[in-house]
Amino acid sequence: MRKFDTKVQHLKYKVLLHVARHAWEGNLMEHLLDIPKEIIPGKTPSMRCCVYKERGILSERVKLACGGDKHNPNIIEVLDIACDDCPAGGYTVTDTCRGCLAHRCEDVCPKNAITFDEHQKAHIDKSKCVNCGKCASVCPYAAIIDRKRPCENACKIKAISPDEDGSAKIDNERCIQCGACVYQCPFGAIADKSFIINVIDLLKRSENGKNYKVYAVVAPSISSQFRYAKLGQVITAIKKLGFYHVIEAALGADMVAYSECKELFERKFLTSSCCPAFVRYIETQFPELEGAISHNPSPMAAISEYIKSTDKTAKVVFIGPCTAKKAEFLKPSVRPYVDSVITFEELQALFDSRDFDIASFSEDVLDNASYFGRIFARSGGLSDAVAQGLKERNLDKDFELKAVRCDGIEQCRAALMKAKLSRLDGNFIEGMACVGGCINGAGCLTHGEKNRAEVDAYGREALEKTISDAVSILNIVKMEEA
Amino acid sequence: MKITVCIGSSCHIKGSRQVVEQLQSLIAEHGLKEEIDLAGTFCMGKCQSGVNVTVDGECFSVTPESTHTFFSETVLPRLK
Repeated sequence: MRKFDTKVQHLKYKVLLHVARHAWEGNLMEHLLDIPKEIIPGKTPSMRCCVYKERGILSERVKLACGGDKHNPNIIEVLDIACDDCPAGGYTVTDTCRGCLAHRCEDVCPKNAITFDEHQKAHIDKSKCVNCGKCASVCPYAAIIDRKRPCENACKIKAISPDEDGSAKIDNERCIQCGACVYQCPFGAIADKSFIINVIDLLKRSENGKNYKVYAVVAPSISSQFRYAKLGQVITAIKKLGFYHVIEAALGADMVAYSECKELFERKFLTSSCCPAFVRYIETQFPELEGAISHNPSPMAAISEYIKSTDKTAKVVFIGPCTAKKAEFLKPSVRPYVDSVITFEELQALFDSRDFDIASFSEDVLDNASYFGRIFARSGGLSDAVAQGLKERNLDKDFELKAVRCDGIEQCRAALMKAKLSRLDGNFIEGMACVGGCINGAGCLTHGEKNRAEVDAYGREALEKTISDAVSILNIVKMEEA
Repeated sequence: MKITVCIGSSCHIKGSRQVVEQLQSLIAEHGLKEEIDLAGTFCMGKCQSGVNVTVDGECFSVTPESTHTFFSETVLPRLK
């Protein structure tokens, strides 16, 4: 069965797979320069102009798989030699122009940039055009299109622009590490740094829990991934890699929901703090709203801190769909609790580097969280959980939740703009940088319509039906009351 | 005295929440909050015999049904 959406993901995976194999064998340094040729042997190119360029790009990918450019603080990097310098013409008249009589495009253009040739076909004078798009919106044949680079189109916060040499350039100050460009670039020229070899090193040195235990915290969106096997088999596979135990990040989400509703009740207005890309977006673009960000740690940080409170020598690796989590765990406030972060793409490479036949494995169990913790993985879930938390804690009598569910960073921006002007009809902004929520994160193997339903179904399978029951086991309910 | 209850997935499914809740109320009933430190941990590596509970490092297999007996026959005598 197909494991990835695109061939770009598959290529990235092959590099991770080779790097992981050598890392397990302990001979990565000796083979570092051989990996491109291991992946592309022979002399016939299959992707680029020649095998030498293909291997040159793969060398860059190997570097990213080994942690990337140490001088670049951003988790997301551009592989400039892989960037195809896509033409970025802005608004362009296509062949669909019929040379009509109406010339609505000309009438609406504020800059008189549109002229007509002898066949009455429209042309845009690039020296005058300001890319307002009015011509495109009035053309009855939809003959005028906005030719934007896929990376720039994916980056809704406008952190990507062409460099002097034409390749894509990321503004590190603006970038929120959501990874939209990583998934959208058709040439795979933008990618996330990987910590896969750090994880292999952590696992090897633990010697199956003898020296210290390595815990895997998995995001609830795992329920829509690894479709070729049952979730229980995937849990078995994670343990076979050398992880001592697997815990749901969704339990951390229950912890967050439990205290977030109280915080909201007390402060009357909050923006969520679960999505690290959304938090960073506020910090960088809406500093005046920074005070409204919930003080709760993210679910990843919350559960990891708890794990370390039960086991002082524990090491925690978060496995999820998210590239921004890689930036989050490097923050000084999170670093003590989370030792590394990998994506589902990288987990797949880890499995295959051990030649696991996961579909033949026995099924282990994964059941820590409630339905509400689990549905954090999809847009709207966090708001549902906060509403439930208010109800469970009897805080809904004197306080009415008005949640603004922002599905994707564009909706986040709209809500934050209104909040900034005190015109928001709501008291809780649920911000998810990825459209659909975490289930569409850049580090997912597959992205699809069915994912939402799968997360809800997985939520309903949880043993615990309420947030309070899920967190009561952690003793935190009693702790807060005391 | 330190009592640790396994709250890993396998023990959770077998009822570790009920065990924790019962132990919490028994400890409160007997006024032993000062003497007993109740904690949780993820997995003791003996998933077959869950719910696993350790008392000062010694491991016991407990169920929600046997928690009362466990408390009166194992925990209380050790406090004396």
